[in-house]
Amino acid sequence: MTAVPQPAAAREEQTQAIGAAHAAPATLRPVMPAWAGRAASRLGFTLLSVGLFCALWELLWALGISDPRLLPPPHVFLGNFPEQAKFFNTAQRWQVGVGLNTGPSPAGAVMITIAASAARVFAGLLIASTLSITIGVLVRYYVAVEKLALPTITLLSPVSPIAWLPVAIFLFGIGDAPAIFMVVVALFFHMVLATISQIDGVNRNFINVACTMGATKFQIYARVIIPAILPGLLMVLRLNLLGAWMVVLVAESTGVGYGLGQVIMLARNTFNPSLVFFTIALIGVLGFASDWTLRVVQKRILYWVPETTGVLRGL
Amino acid sequence: MASRPIRPFSSRDAVVCRNVSKVWADGTDRAHPALRDIDLDIAPGEFTVLIGPSGCGKSTLLYLVAGLEPETEGEIWSFGDRVAAPSPDRSLIFQETSLFPWLTVWQNVSFGLSIRGTPAAERKAVAREALHRVGLTEAIDKRPDELSGGMRQRVAVARALAMRPKVLLMDEPFAALDVQTRTKMQDFLLDVWRESAASILFVTHHIEEAIALADRVVVFTARPGRVKTVVPIEIPRPRDPFSPRSEALRKELTDILRDEVDRAFAEQEALAPA
Repeated sequence: MTAVPQPAAAREEQTQAIGAAHAAPATLRPVMPAWAGRAASRLGFTLLSVGLFCALWELLWALGISDPRLLPPPHVFLGNFPEQAKFFNTAQRWQVGVGLNTGPSPAGAVMITIAASAARVFAGLLIASTLSITIGVLVRYYVAVEKLALPTITLLSPVSPIAWLPVAIFLFGIGDAPAIFMVVVALFFHMVLATISQIDGVNRNFINVACTMGATKFQIYARVIIPAILPGLLMVLRLNLLGAWMVVLVAESTGVGYGLGQVIMLARNTFNPSLVFFTIALIGVLGFASDWTLRVVQKRILYWVPETTGVLRGL
Repeated sequence: MASRPIRPFSSRDAVVCRNVSKVWADGTDRAHPALRDIDLDIAPGEFTVLIGPSGCGKSTLLYLVAGLEPETEGEIWSFGDRVAAPSPDRSLIFQETSLFPWLTVWQNVSFGLSIRGTPAAERKAVAREALHRVGLTEAIDKRPDELSGGMRQRVAVARALAMRPKVLLMDEPFAALDVQTRTKMQDFLLDVWRESAASILFVTHHIEEAIALADRVVVFTARPGRVKTVVPIEIPRPRDPFSPRSEALRKELTDILRDEVDRAFAEQEALAPA
């Protein structure tokens, strides 16, 4: 800064600017609150990320590298919504007396399909988390439960959900019940083991403090261990939510009326790549939206957990 | 090991240890002794500081006195009762923050009362009084993550005081604090101690801290910990850390400890793979 002589006017301007900043910092940028700015930037990067991926795909199509009959680029499979949507009426198309023009409208069928799949995911998630947290806590609370239940749970946990599919059909036939059962069975065993490891990871000092205060075993569990494991459990739940979306498609492919799995099966059987990618895009958006919902819930329930910002923060 | 006769003791004493030994993972191949033949008498209202090389079992002794761990041999008594389980009469304060992050400050302070089913209004009144004693009344509705490290430790002290303990067990409570805060906290602790009339058993690494606080300093040997010597600190309070008597004590305690630290190092080097 020493060698360069500044014109007086420029210096004047600078001091004024600094003075103004000191006098009224609030009036400088009253445009939008900070959280809105952060949200906008996050949304912008989401769009940019997806946009880059689509642009690459479109480029490969434009260069003639990717065959539009096998890998139709986004503008093809997203471009003709009514054409795609008419396949979503998987429940009634082949019923007797149902023509092409009866039943729900194409857009209505898409909404019903999404709602049906989402309902199965959340029902399964709710049942699985209730069951597995209860059993996980019981395993640590009663040694007898641990000895009797834990070996079986550990043995069954590596079994792929696919292997449970016939069992689901044997037990529940065709419909919503086997699909929900599949979601539950895919999540249950892992979540039990996750609950147990969360309990084992509770800060010993918390438990020691409760002990010296004269807390009973039940009080230690209800007042210390459960609140202490909640943050970890909700993280596990978020990861498993994505797992639930994966497995629900497999379950729905067996025939459940409306369902995204049915649409994928239909697309496969009729060799319709556009419909496959359209459904994949839909599932992506749904998974993203439900993860976001769970994150909002997480923030509400876990008011004491500081927001994780920093280098490791995901989107 | 033939059991030695137990020296007689007074049932008025706050803490009495007789022939106390502790072996971790006893009966397994990972068994390692932590404490051996501890005999210790703590008078009511006495401030006792335990120092010794790291890993010598000072903290273990606190856990035993708190009743959180059973002793392998020997007996621990407190005011005429054998220590068998944790009790609100003997509160333990940890080095790390152990406040429940999901509760507000006053809920943390009155946690022990809520365990007993005391109604909320009364709990809050007790919490306010305890927080007043540690000078944190204004933080009553805050959450622990809104407080600094020193403030959190004061809340932990308030939580212990709310139970009106007869014995306060403190496991390096100020070790995580910076030097200035630590000195402040020592003064504050002495005030609290004077008002509460509780006995304090305080573990630290710092010789300066021991001299600033203690009525008596108990020096432990390297592992397994035994009582090497007991040094009474007969300097009237408030104490000047730079007075000749403090300096002399510092030199004395440093010399005693140096032998033990050397031994602990030698032992660790012997254990380490060559």
